[in-house]
Amino acid sequence: MTELIERADTADVPAAESSMQQAINRALRDLLAEDPNTLVFGEDVGKLGGVFRVTDGLQKEFGSQRVFDTPLAESAIMGMAVGLAMNGWRPIPELQFDGFAYPAIDQIVNQMARMNYRTRGATPMPITLRLPSFGGIQAPEHHGESLEALFAHVPGLKVVAPSDPAQAYTLLLQSVRSDDPVVYMEPKARYWDRRATTFEEPSDPVGTSRVVRPGRHATLIAWGAMVHRCLQVAELAAEDGVELEVVDLRWLKPIDTAGLAESVRGTRRAVVVHEAPLTAGLGAEVATLITENCFRDLAAPVQRVTGFDVPYPAGPLESQYLPTIDRVLLAVQRTLEY
Amino acid sequence: MPLHESEEQGAITVDHLPPDLARTLYRHMRTARDVDTEAIALQRQGVFPAYVSVRGQEAAQVGSATALDPERDFVFPTYREMAAALAHGVDMVGYMATHRALWHGGLYDVQAARFGAINAVVGGPVPHAVGWAVGERLRGDNGVALAYFGDGASSEGDVHESMNFAAIFGAPVVFFCQNNQWALSVPNEHQVAGGSIAARAKGYGMPGVLVDGNDVGAVHHATSEATERARRGKGPTVIEALTYRVEPHSTSDDPTRYRDEAETERWIRKDPLVLMRAALLTAGHADEELLDEIDAKARQEAERIRDGVANAPEPDGSELFTHVFRETTDELTRQRHTWQEEVEL
Repeated sequence: MTELIERADTADVPAAESSMQQAINRALRDLLAEDPNTLVFGEDVGKLGGVFRVTDGLQKEFGSQRVFDTPLAESAIMGMAVGLAMNGWRPIPELQFDGFAYPAIDQIVNQMARMNYRTRGATPMPITLRLPSFGGIQAPEHHGESLEALFAHVPGLKVVAPSDPAQAYTLLLQSVRSDDPVVYMEPKARYWDRRATTFEEPSDPVGTSRVVRPGRHATLIAWGAMVHRCLQVAELAAEDGVELEVVDLRWLKPIDTAGLAESVRGTRRAVVVHEAPLTAGLGAEVATLITENCFRDLAAPVQRVTGFDVPYPAGPLESQYLPTIDRVLLAVQRTLEY
Repeated sequence: MPLHESEEQGAITVDHLPPDLARTLYRHMRTARDVDTEAIALQRQGVFPAYVSVRGQEAAQVGSATALDPERDFVFPTYREMAAALAHGVDMVGYMATHRALWHGGLYDVQAARFGAINAVVGGPVPHAVGWAVGERLRGDNGVALAYFGDGASSEGDVHESMNFAAIFGAPVVFFCQNNQWALSVPNEHQVAGGSIAARAKGYGMPGVLVDGNDVGAVHHATSEATERARRGKGPTVIEALTYRVEPHSTSDDPTRYRDEAETERWIRKDPLVLMRAALLTAGHADEELLDEIDAKARQEAERIRDGVANAPEPDGSELFTHVFRETTDELTRQRHTWQEEVEL
C-alpha cells in the first residue's frame, strides 16, 4: 500500500492541482493497485480510456484482464458485475451516462441491491457503479439525468455524489472498499474543474455530510455540481451581508440527518438545491428530515430549488432548467423574509 | 400436432450409461417426483401459499445438474429448478423453504451449495452466470457456470445479451433452456420466433444443441459435453431440452383456460420417470427389487424434506433488517427500533 501511494505520488497528475476527472482516475489507479480483486469494465473504458478519459491509461497499466471493454449492453454489464461479485471479485463497472442506467435497472434494483439480502448475507455485492451523472454540458438526450432519488429509494443501495476533486478521490476509495453496492454519481459538469487538491484517505464514515462554507443566516444543501452553484450564491449573498452556510450532502443514501440538523439548528433556515425535477425528488426527503428533526428551530419552511417537472431539455434550454443563481437567491430571500 | 412433438420421444435407452450413474439419475428423479407430490399436498393443506411443480421436467433437470462438478461448478437457477437443486446436493429443506415463503431466496447457503438463490425474474440470473464464469477464467480456475432458463425467458433481453457477452469473452457457460412449451399461458409458437432456441446459438457463434428433455441419459450426455468443452476453454454452449410442463404453471393457475388437456395427456404418457424405469430394466442396470428399494428410500427422503420444511421455524422479524446492508445505516437502525417498539406493545 505504501509503495503504491508513493508510486501514485510520482505520477503525471500534479500533486498541487487536479481536475475531478484526474482525481477519479487516480482513485481507480490506487484501488486497482491496492486490491487485486478490483476490476474496471464497461463500454469504452479500456483502450479509449472512457469517453471522459476517466479510465485513461488504466488498461495499459493494469492489463486487459483487470480493465476491459464490454459489448454495448448495460443490463449485461451490471448482471456481469453481480456474477463477478458472486465469484469473489470487487467490480467497478461504468455505465457511460446516467440515462443509460435505465436499461440496467433490473440488474441494479432486483439483483445487485438485493442479493446480499436474498442470500441472507452469503453473497455480498461489493460493487461500485460509476455513473457519469447530472446535466450542465449541453449533451444529447439521456446524457443529463439525475437519478439519485430513484436509487436512494431502493433498499440495499448506497448513493454518493462528489462535488470536487478531493472529494471525488476520497469518496471513490470509500465506495469501492465498502462491501455494500454503491452508486457513485459523477457530476460531469465538474469533470474539468481544476483546483488545488490533496488526495486523502477516507476519514469520515459513510453517510456524513460536510460544511463547505460556514454561515449563520440560512443553510444551503446540495450535492454534485450544485454545491459549486451554492457556493456562487453564498459569495454573492455575502456582498449583501447575508452569511449562507453551504452543506455538501455527499451521501444521498444514507443521508446525514444529524449533520443536516446541526447546521439548520444554527441557521434556522434551509434551502435544498438539486438538478432533478421537483416532485418526489430527494429535496423532499431532505426537507422532511429537517422538519422532523428541527421543527421547533425552524424560522421558515424548508425551500426547494430544483429542476422543473419536465424531461431534461436540450442545450439552449439547459441553463434555464437547472437551478440558476437567481432562482436560489430568490429562495434565500423567501426564507429570510418568511 | 404441437410443434416439436414426435413419436420418437416415446422410449429411451440407458444402455450407454454406467449402471451406477443410471441408478443415481433414477434415484434423484424419483426423489424429486416425491418431493413435488408432497409440495403440492402441502399447498393444498395451506402450508405453502403456492408451489411451482417440476413434474415432467425431472429428466431435464437431473440429467443436466449431474453433469456438473458440485465442487467446482456453479448453478444459476430461476424458480422451477427443484430437481436440479436436489441432484446438485442442495440442502432441500432450505430450498423448499422458499415455497413455504420463509425466505424468498431459500434458506440454503448459496455459496456453500454452489447453487444461486431462487430468482423470480426469469432471465435475470443468466448474466450472473456469465460474470461468474468470466471471473473464474480471470482467476485461472476452471469451474463452469450453468444457467437455467425457460422458453419464456428466452425472450428476455438479458438472455440474448448474456449469450453475446459469453461468446465475446469465451466464458465457460452452459445456457440450459428447459423448453417446457408453455410460458404460463403462452405456447412456444407465440413465444419463440424461428421455433428453436438452440438454433439461436449459431448467431452467437457457439454450439446449439437440441435434446430430448425427457431422456435423462441424452440430457446428461449433452450437458457433460458442453461442460467439458467450457472447462477446456472452448467457450459457451446453448442446450435446449425439449420437455413439457404437465402441471399448471403454479398451484394458482388454471390451464384449462388456455390449453388442451389431450396435449397434456400425450406428454404424461412420455413421463420421464416411467421411461427411465423401463430403460433401466431393459438395460439390465437394475431389477424390480432394486428399483423398489430405491423408490422406498426416495419416499423416505421426500418425507424427511416435507417434515423438515413444514416444521421449520419462521424467521424472526428482526431479520427484516439484518441483511439489507453489510454495514447498516443509522436510518435503518432507527426503523428497526421502531419495529421493536411495535412488537413489544
